[in-house]
Amino acid sequence: MSAADGFWSRARRHRSFVAGGALTGLLVATALLSFIWTPYGPTKMSLRYRLKLPSPEHWLGTDQYGRDILSIIMAGAQNSISVGVVSVSIGLLIGVTMGLLAAARRGWIEEVTMRASDFAFAFPAILLAIMLVAAIGPGSVNAIIAIGVFNIPIFARLTRGAAAAVWAREFVLAARAAGKGAARISFEHILPNITAVIVVQGTVQFAIAILAEAALSYLGLGAQPPAPSWGRMLSEAQTMIYINPMLAVYPGVAIAISVLGLNLLGDGLRDLIDPRLARQR
Amino acid sequence: MSVFLAKRLIIFFATLLVASLLVFLALEVLPGDPAHVILGMEAPESAIIALRKELGLDQPAWQRYLVWIVNLAQGKFANSYTYGVSIWELVRERLVITVPLAMMSMVIATAIALGLGVYAAANHNRGGDVGVMSISQLGIAVPNFWLALMLILLFAVQLGWFKSGGFPGWEAGLWPAFKALILPSIALATVLAAIFARFTRSSVLEVMREDFVRTARAKGLSRRATLWRHVMRNALIPVITIMGLQFANLLAGTIVVESVFAIPGIGRLVFQAIGNRDIVVVRDVVLLLAAIVITVNFIVDMLYAVIDPRLKVHDL
Repeated sequence: MSAADGFWSRARRHRSFVAGGALTGLLVATALLSFIWTPYGPTKMSLRYRLKLPSPEHWLGTDQYGRDILSIIMAGAQNSISVGVVSVSIGLLIGVTMGLLAAARRGWIEEVTMRASDFAFAFPAILLAIMLVAAIGPGSVNAIIAIGVFNIPIFARLTRGAAAAVWAREFVLAARAAGKGAARISFEHILPNITAVIVVQGTVQFAIAILAEAALSYLGLGAQPPAPSWGRMLSEAQTMIYINPMLAVYPGVAIAISVLGLNLLGDGLRDLIDPRLARQR
Repeated sequence: MSVFLAKRLIIFFATLLVASLLVFLALEVLPGDPAHVILGMEAPESAIIALRKELGLDQPAWQRYLVWIVNLAQGKFANSYTYGVSIWELVRERLVITVPLAMMSMVIATAIALGLGVYAAANHNRGGDVGVMSISQLGIAVPNFWLALMLILLFAVQLGWFKSGGFPGWEAGLWPAFKALILPSIALATVLAAIFARFTRSSVLEVMREDFVRTARAKGLSRRATLWRHVMRNALIPVITIMGLQFANLLAGTIVVESVFAIPGIGRLVFQAIGNRDIVVVRDVVLLLAAIVITVNFIVDMLYAVIDPRLKVHDL
C-alpha cells in the first residue's frame, strides 16, 4: 500500500476532514455551476417581483430590486473563491519565497523578515486593509490586494520556521556535500518537505480572506454594485431588515458555511498530515 | 529582568515608529487634496493655494512627517478638516464609548471561554467536549457583523428588547448607555470566545499531562482542586498571550460592528474620516489604535515574564 493510499483511507474516517471537504466541495461546486447556470440572472432586476417571499419560482425569494436571491448567492460564491485564491496566492508566492530565503541565507535577511512579520502580527490587519483600500480606491481587485498583503508575513514566518527545521536534517547536509547550491536545495529538498504545513495554513488563510472580504464589502470598500458579493448583500439587506428580515440571513449562512468548511478541512488536513500537531491546537 | 525590559522597550518604540511611518506613507497616496475638502470643489485657486500654505501642505513629505511626529510627542493635535475641532476632542468623545465596548467584549469572551474551555478539557473526547468544540468551530466561522445583524433581528426587530442601533450617550444615564452596548459587545465577544475556548481547552489538556499534576493527584488532592489550583494557573499563560494577540482583531472588529449599530465610537470615526478624506484624523486615530495594540502586547509580554520565570532566562 502506497503512502497516498494510507492517507486516503485515514482521511475517509476523519470526521472534520470529511465534513470540511464536503462543505468546501459545495462552495466550489456552487461557484462552478454559477458560471454556466443560475435560476435567473444575478443582476437582473424586476420591479414587479420586488421583495417576494420564497416560492417555487424564487426558492429564497427576491430582494428590493426584484433580483433572485439564490442566483446572487450562487454568483457570490465565485467572488468569495476568487478573493480567497488570489489573496492566498499573493501570500504564498511572496511569503514562501521570503521564508525560504530567510532560512537559507540566515543573517540580516532572516532578521528583517522576522521583524517585519512580528510587526504585521501586532497590527490590526483589517484596519490597514481598510486604509489601503481607501487609499487606492474601493473595488474588488484592491480589496484582494489589501487582504493578500497581510498573508505575506504569515506565510513568510511559517515557511522560515519549517524550512529551518528541514535545513538541520542529514539529507540536506548530504545534498550540500554533493555540491548543490542553496537555491537548488531550497526547491528540491526543503519545499517538498514543508508543503503540507503550507497547505494547511493556506486553507485557514483562505477562510480568513473570505471573512475579510465580506467585511470590506459590507463597508462598501470591496466589490462594487452590481457585482454579486455576500458582504454587500448584507449591507443592502440591513436597510430592509424590518420589511424582509430573511434577506439578512442567507448571505451570512453562505459565508459561515464556506468558512466553516475551510476551517474544518484545514483542521482535518493538519491531523492527517501530522498527528502530533493535532494535540498542540 | 532589566535587560529583558530594556529590549522590550526598544522593540516597543521601534514598532511604534515603523507604524507611524507606514500610516504616513499610506495616506500620502490617498487621493484628494485636503484643501479642496475644506473649501469645497468650487473654491477659487488662490484660496486653495493660501490654505495649502497655511496647513503646511506645500512642504516636502519628510518635513510634514517630522512636524506631525514631534507635535504628537508633545501632545499637540491638529484640527480635523471636516469637524473643525481638535482631534483630541474627537478622540476623547469616542474613546469613552469604544473602550467600554472593547472591555465588555473581552470580559464576556473570557468568562464564556474559560468556562467552556475547562469544561471541554475536563470531559476530553466525551460528548461535552465534542459539543463545545463544534460550537466554537461555528463561532469562528460566523462573521461578527453578520452576528450583529442577527442579534438586531432577534432582539430589536422580533422581540423589541433593544434598540436596533445608536448610542444615547453616557449623560442619558448609565443603564441606557450600557444597554446600547450589550448587543455590539456580544457580537464582538462571540468570535473571541470561540478562539479563547479552543486555546483554553488545549492548554489545560497539555498541562494535565504534566508530572506535577500527577503528583498533586497522588497526594490525594481532588480532581476539581487539582484543576483549579494547579492546572489553571499554568494553563492560563498561553491563553493570555492569545488574548493580547486577539486584541488587535477586537479593535478592528469595532470598526465594522460600530458601523452595523451606528455607534459613534473610534472605529466609526476612522471609517468616516477615511470616507471624508480627513487624513489628519485618519492618521492620528490609526496610530492611536496601533499604539493601543502595541501597548497591550507589550503588557502581555511583561505579564508573561512575571507569570513564567523560565522565560526571563530563556529570552535574554
